[in-house]
Amino acid sequence: MSHTEFYARDEMAGDERPPAAEQGIVAWLRKNLFASIPDTILTVVGLIIIAMVLPSVIGWAFINAQWTGTDRSYCATVAQGGIQPEGWSGACWAFVGAKFQQFMFGQYPIDQRWRVMLTGIMFVALLVPMLIPTAPRKLLNAILLFGVFPVVAFVLLVGGVFGLQYVETARWGGLMVTLVLSVVGIAVSLPLGILLALGRRSKLPVIKLFSVIFIETIRGVPLVTVLFMASVMFPLFLPAGMTFDKFLRALVGVALFASAYMAEVVRGGLQAIPKGQYEGAASLGLSYWQTTGLVVLPQALKLVIPGIVNTFIGLFKDTSLVTIIGMFDLLGIVRQNFSDTNWASPQTPISGLVFAGFIFWLFCFGMSRYSIYMEHRLDTGHKR
Amino acid sequence: MVSQDTIRDTGSSGASFYNDPKIRGLIYQVVLFVLLVSFIYWIVGNTVENLRRANISSGFAFLHGRAGFDISETLISYTSDDTYWRALLVGLVNTAVVAVLGVITASIIGFLVGIGRLSDNWLIRKICLVYVEIFRNIPPLLVIFFWYLGVLSALPQPRESLELPFGAWLNNRGFFLPAPIWGEGAWLIPVAFLVAVALCWFVARRAHQRQAATGEQFPVLWTSVALLVGLPLLAFAAAGFPLSFEFPKKSTFNLLGGMQIKPEFMSLYLALSFYTAAFIAEIVRAGVLGVNKGQTEASYALGLRRNQALRLVIVPQALRIIIPPLTSQYLNLTKNSSLAIAIGYPDLVHIGGTILNQSGQAIEIVVIWMVVYLGLSLIMSGAMNWFNAKMALVER
Repeated sequence: MSHTEFYARDEMAGDERPPAAEQGIVAWLRKNLFASIPDTILTVVGLIIIAMVLPSVIGWAFINAQWTGTDRSYCATVAQGGIQPEGWSGACWAFVGAKFQQFMFGQYPIDQRWRVMLTGIMFVALLVPMLIPTAPRKLLNAILLFGVFPVVAFVLLVGGVFGLQYVETARWGGLMVTLVLSVVGIAVSLPLGILLALGRRSKLPVIKLFSVIFIETIRGVPLVTVLFMASVMFPLFLPAGMTFDKFLRALVGVALFASAYMAEVVRGGLQAIPKGQYEGAASLGLSYWQTTGLVVLPQALKLVIPGIVNTFIGLFKDTSLVTIIGMFDLLGIVRQNFSDTNWASPQTPISGLVFAGFIFWLFCFGMSRYSIYMEHRLDTGHKR
Repeated sequence: MVSQDTIRDTGSSGASFYNDPKIRGLIYQVVLFVLLVSFIYWIVGNTVENLRRANISSGFAFLHGRAGFDISETLISYTSDDTYWRALLVGLVNTAVVAVLGVITASIIGFLVGIGRLSDNWLIRKICLVYVEIFRNIPPLLVIFFWYLGVLSALPQPRESLELPFGAWLNNRGFFLPAPIWGEGAWLIPVAFLVAVALCWFVARRAHQRQAATGEQFPVLWTSVALLVGLPLLAFAAAGFPLSFEFPKKSTFNLLGGMQIKPEFMSLYLALSFYTAAFIAEIVRAGVLGVNKGQTEASYALGLRRNQALRLVIVPQALRIIIPPLTSQYLNLTKNSSLAIAIGYPDLVHIGGTILNQSGQAIEIVVIWMVVYLGLSLIMSGAMNWFNAKMALVER
């Protein structure tokens, strides 16, 4: 007596919601913060670190900070000769506010600072459309940026012609110096670096040897020594009576230094180009410079955009080293102002440094984000 | 025949001698060579003339002159009566100390943060990301100033020194530690350590041979740790615990005795470590991510446990990606130690700068700097290349 039951479903089951443990905030917490016992311990440690750091940082930078004031007494405790209660610890943004103009322009004559601003505005106006890939009229833009702008900027910043007052570079300072040094450094180091990289891969022994020696010597020594060389040795190299500006010497030092690093980055890209590309170009009858300019470099540079931007970021950060040879870039002028007796207080140095650090950070972070964006955009899918 | 002749004819008539790549290359090289030589000739001529007018005799003879300045931190004996040569040596030692300690600390922090960036834990991932993004994007000099002017000089006066555990003190003149004083028979400890190192090497070799022959494994790591810690401890006990401490004592104005770590060294060391660690973290992360996911899956499929898969499969391959950029970070740290000049830590560049100002021997000093840093770079990259070659993929 066999008894068999058949069960067959004749309608679709309705959609079930995922289990409560798999969705919503609880599941996210469980998955990302409390997945296992060690994970939970790590989370607790992380929370403790945040609880230790964050309140004191926020308290220092915002809640306890002194935003306005005219001299050091606003940023010093009673015992230090100020007005703040005992045990007060907060940022002295009043110092940054009072010195802001100096941090930006250095000792540039106050009534002439519109020239710096104008140069800056022109630069931004030309650079931004250049950086946006979809913006039109790239050729015109490039001619204006690389051909016309340097001349205009030079005339505006230095002056001495067209009725503009002459401003010697010794009076330049602050963020302006940092930006001029890095923009010119970038503009010089990229073509120079490409030439050096091509030289290093050249079949001509003299050119190859020269490139290798130059690149390896510069890369082997710290920038400080290159800057020292630029500031104490260049004058010795020139005939008597011929001097050249300290600013220019620092600029040459920074640009040469960066071009050696740039050369190595570009060389990496050149090495990644398969031999078939050269052979293909040769079979089309292209000359060396045609092959390089039309076939090899466009592919090689595209491959190493992250490296190039990293070199730019390094160059931007390295410009801060000119303070060691007695120039006042952003970091140098911030540090110089620590010794201003009108503002000297225990909180002044750290406030100034945090401000300078923030400016540097903004620029570098912006550059690295842009490089990531371009990398994604240019990724044409050929990469393996 | 006719057609061949025509081809040869057009070839020779169309290509003038200056279109021949060989001749062109030769011309380029000769031009560059002549330009370089005449440039160097011009520079040397000017320099000789300038030096003659400034009454500076070139050459390295000045190194034997009396230095006449004091150096705040010396690890080898030095007084102001010693020669310039000795002063530079002191600077070189100081550079080496801060570079080696910085490399070690930066590697430890960097590896921890780099692994933290890959953690499954969201919070840890974000904390490590914030750390990396902050330190990567500000100049190292600013980090040094931050520690020196912002943190360490804001510490209390010696009179109100902070007391730390184990008899250590902290104030704005530095970090004061108990100074160890080694007694009779302390030499046994380093000897025991060397013996332990030799034994470790021997054990590792034997274990490798045995595994190759029989397939049996031997716990090399734990044996080594036991040897390296145990033998020196044993020697320490055998010599009758020959160690005492001199504790820094608080007097009216300063702390006396003990071991002082100066704020200049501290700021340079901390800044270089934290700054470079951010870069090392990114390298480590890229290295681990660079190992194909299939490798992990394959090792699980073979039945390896998670830590075995990491140790035997992932890490050896990740190291191959990590080592070359890591080398250049180590070199960067060494070169960045020259920023010491900004806060007055007496490293090679700082002392060289002092000598340069005193004697005016600019060229010689810059040459010494270049030679020393190039030498350090070569030694370090040589060592790392050796390590890299050992780790590299052996292709058959």
